[in-house]
Amino acid sequence: MNIAKPNSYRSGPDERGHFGIFGGRFVAETLMPLILDLEKAYTAAKADPAFQAEMNGYLKNYVGRPSPLYFAERLTEHLRGAKIYLKREELNHTGSHKVNNVLGQIMLARRMGKKRIIAETGAGQHGVATATLCARFGLECVVYMGAVDVERQQPNVIRMEMLGAKVMPVQSGTRTLKDAMNEALRDWVTNVHNTFYCIGTVAGPHPYPTLVRDFQSVIGDETKAQMQEIEGRLPDSLVACIGGGSNAMGLFHPFLDDSSVEIFGVEAAGHGLTQLHAASIAGGRPGVLHGNRTYLLMDADGQIQDAHSISAGLDYPGIGPEHSWLHEVGRVNYLSATDDEALAAFQLLSKLEGIIPALEPAHAIAKVMELAPKRPRDHLMVVNLSGRGDKDVPQVGDILRGKK
Amino acid sequence: MTTRIDTRFAELKSQGRAAFVTYVMAGDPDPATSLEIVKALPKSGADVIELGIPFTDPMADGPSIQAAGLRALKIGMTLKRTLELVRDFRKDDNVTPLVLMGYYNPIYIYGVDKFLADAKTAGVDGLIIVDLPPEEDDELCIPALKAGLNFIRLATPTTDDKRLPAVLANTSGFVYYVSIAGITGAAAADANAVGEAVARIKRHTRLPICVGFGIRTPEAARAIAEKADGSVVGTALVDALKNSLDAEGRATAKTVNAVAELTAALAQGVKGAQQAAE
Repeated sequence: MNIAKPNSYRSGPDERGHFGIFGGRFVAETLMPLILDLEKAYTAAKADPAFQAEMNGYLKNYVGRPSPLYFAERLTEHLRGAKIYLKREELNHTGSHKVNNVLGQIMLARRMGKKRIIAETGAGQHGVATATLCARFGLECVVYMGAVDVERQQPNVIRMEMLGAKVMPVQSGTRTLKDAMNEALRDWVTNVHNTFYCIGTVAGPHPYPTLVRDFQSVIGDETKAQMQEIEGRLPDSLVACIGGGSNAMGLFHPFLDDSSVEIFGVEAAGHGLTQLHAASIAGGRPGVLHGNRTYLLMDADGQIQDAHSISAGLDYPGIGPEHSWLHEVGRVNYLSATDDEALAAFQLLSKLEGIIPALEPAHAIAKVMELAPKRPRDHLMVVNLSGRGDKDVPQVGDILRGKK
Repeated sequence: MTTRIDTRFAELKSQGRAAFVTYVMAGDPDPATSLEIVKALPKSGADVIELGIPFTDPMADGPSIQAAGLRALKIGMTLKRTLELVRDFRKDDNVTPLVLMGYYNPIYIYGVDKFLADAKTAGVDGLIIVDLPPEEDDELCIPALKAGLNFIRLATPTTDDKRLPAVLANTSGFVYYVSIAGITGAAAADANAVGEAVARIKRHTRLPICVGFGIRTPEAARAIAEKADGSVVGTALVDALKNSLDAEGRATAKTVNAVAELTAALAQGVKGAQQAAE
């Protein structure tokens, strides 16, 4: 396929929500008026300085931003290549980048007068962030979570319940993130009048991929300013893990037009790309699911296939539509890391830097372990440490003990 | 162009009665039984057949139809085999309108042009694709109209007067009014609210309006048929099918009859309706 290179990689989507052929609004008619309302409300909020000012206040004093850009000295010494910086999104309140987006959407929901918030969650990080902000603003919160994920991410389930949210284990389909999203959409279609659907990643029908990206772009904006302050220049490369791809998009987007910056997204290769995995770009092709056209894992009949990843947050058979477009236009390189590689990276970062990463960004660290040694010492590499690993400690502990 | 759908609604109008529209899932519980069920529907009083295309992620469907789709997929049902089922049905029945209902991805992966050609050849009259609102008409709606297939749009309680013209613009065959905000098989539709909604839509179109979601009994089918041009029943038939299966989910000697008997009872309900004067 011959795809024209755009003048800017940051101008999308078009007014119909398309990034090239990707994106769009593939939803039932019942939801269509709701997403048009949301688009209108978001456009108005973006133009309102009071909205941004209020958000900035909460980002600073409630979330704890800016998150540090930290030079990982021992990891750098160990890998003997690029100078590695960690963008410490795991230090945010609630322990991951998810809170940036949830804050924005909850502020929107409040502007729209919606009193009931629903969300889907995989690892539970988005669910926890949503439950947290609902508690803060006194809103009803219902979180859909695949029954398999409820089992493997118990600490987050308990946290959500303590925060007053109702966690609904989803028993349909493969009982993971995609089914949680189906169930959330079914709830939304049923409770149209009072409910706001707080989507956790840069996917879903337009305008979600755009608004989630915009709310997460604080990550890349801060990184740019911080790197300027520390090193006096742009970074040379960016690395982030991708399930739906919100932490990656948040880091990447402000740098897309800086052509000197190499950008790497890391999908979950599970047991390996020839076996069960969750790498939609490496192993999928364009299709339509959950409101948008994007790369999906599916069979020859267009039936969605089970994804597999050790990390519940990456265990999704699709990817945000803007990532699909950035892949096709060649701006971002999409790599993948296996369960075993992620586990090794999880342990390495814990031991070298005293930072226990979530299994999701451990996939990004795994590729840093490959990329960094091949880069010169003056190469500045930023990896998004999108979440902390507390939630994964029981699961990883079991795996490591089992192996010993 | 006149499709079997247009012809059937014209006939019903001249008879002064509403249509009884039935929904079953293609390939549920297996392709052979499914064909027998589809053949039995018109004989039991169905005026229009909606045939579900199985899909792994049916976002607008409740547990019953989700499970029906998974039963069909598990036994190897595909879109290609769904079209074969239609072709086999057409060997004996060239008059009953048949509409495929489902989600876009299997069609997109099959290839839109090839799908439309194959569907037309197989004897499909129309399409209801849940996740293609008018905003995405270029994908399938416009090509379907060009290929001579009706594209039947869903109108819902959230479709207001301002939006209705856009929803109706490229709709043909009939309009499917979703009686409740929700998924299939959920809450019951309120006949009076449905009557008001149908009257509202009628101000924007001359197409027949069929009403579905939440209609389970002959009485409910009759109440709706008094307010609209047709009653659609799906989940209740799918449940009757499921209740006839053995412990392993396989068809039994009762399966085809279970669906046929409920179809006949529902058809009686619809036929007993007193249509409001136009």
